[in-house]
Amino acid sequence: MADPMRIRATLAGESTEVRVLMSHQMETGQRKDAQGKTIPAWFIQNVAITHDGKTVLAAQWGTAIAQNPFLAFKFKGGAKGDKVQVTWIDSRGDKRVDEATIA
Amino acid sequence: MDIRRRQVLKSGSGVTLLTLLAATGWLRPGEARAAEGWNQAAFDTHSLADTVKALGGGAAAPNPGVTFFQTPDIAENGAVVPIGVTSTIPGTESIAILVEKNPNMLAAIFDIPAGTEPSLSTRVKMAQTSNVYALVKADGKFFVATKEVKVTLGGCGG
Repeated sequence: MADPMRIRATLAGESTEVRVLMSHQMETGQRKDAQGKTIPAWFIQNVAITHDGKTVLAAQWGTAIAQNPFLAFKFKGGAKGDKVQVTWIDSRGDKRVDEATIA
Repeated sequence: MDIRRRQVLKSGSGVTLLTLLAATGWLRPGEARAAEGWNQAAFDTHSLADTVKALGGGAAAPNPGVTFFQTPDIAENGAVVPIGVTSTIPGTESIAILVEKNPNMLAAIFDIPAGTEPSLSTRVKMAQTSNVYALVKADGKFFVATKEVKVTLGGCGG
């Protein structure tokens, strides 16, 4: 299982700003190891962020997202104390779910 | 497509299904899977026109309503290039980020549901100095903005 994500959700006026830092190699499939063998691609493909059971952002990613992916966005309708849940699934089918409380 | 993916994510059954597939030999571990809700065709494209086509559009029109923020003119490290995209076009449904000279152009597609601001930022890898495209789908039409980012050290090599 991959390391936990760092999620910060803060209420600013009417919108909630969500900042997520995931822990993932995001291997492109372009690099070669010391023996000259290609390192297979291994990257997060799907990300879904939900608030109160409703999807507030859904993403599909390719290999070009940087290692330890960062993501920031804002949505309306959040309140202090609500939970924001982030899920990712990578190209090996590994999955990680973490949540944060809106502050 | 979206609805199915959300159901998979919500129920967690995606993992169960994949485990099952792996167990029965349909999927070999370590191989890239043709994931449910992952647009393989779009991520395999090598030109902006092809990407727009794979996403179900005709052509992308340049539009001043699509702007970049936090995006450098010169990136010292191609492995981590911050890209922020804002769309002021009403009815924005999705934002995609493309890097023209990467081995695969499409970096990310974000679906923006109603209530979420059509403005987000992330970090991408860039192989070399290239144009970056922000592709916005609004009301079924595609719009694009272009920015050149110079890279002093590429982020895709060994």
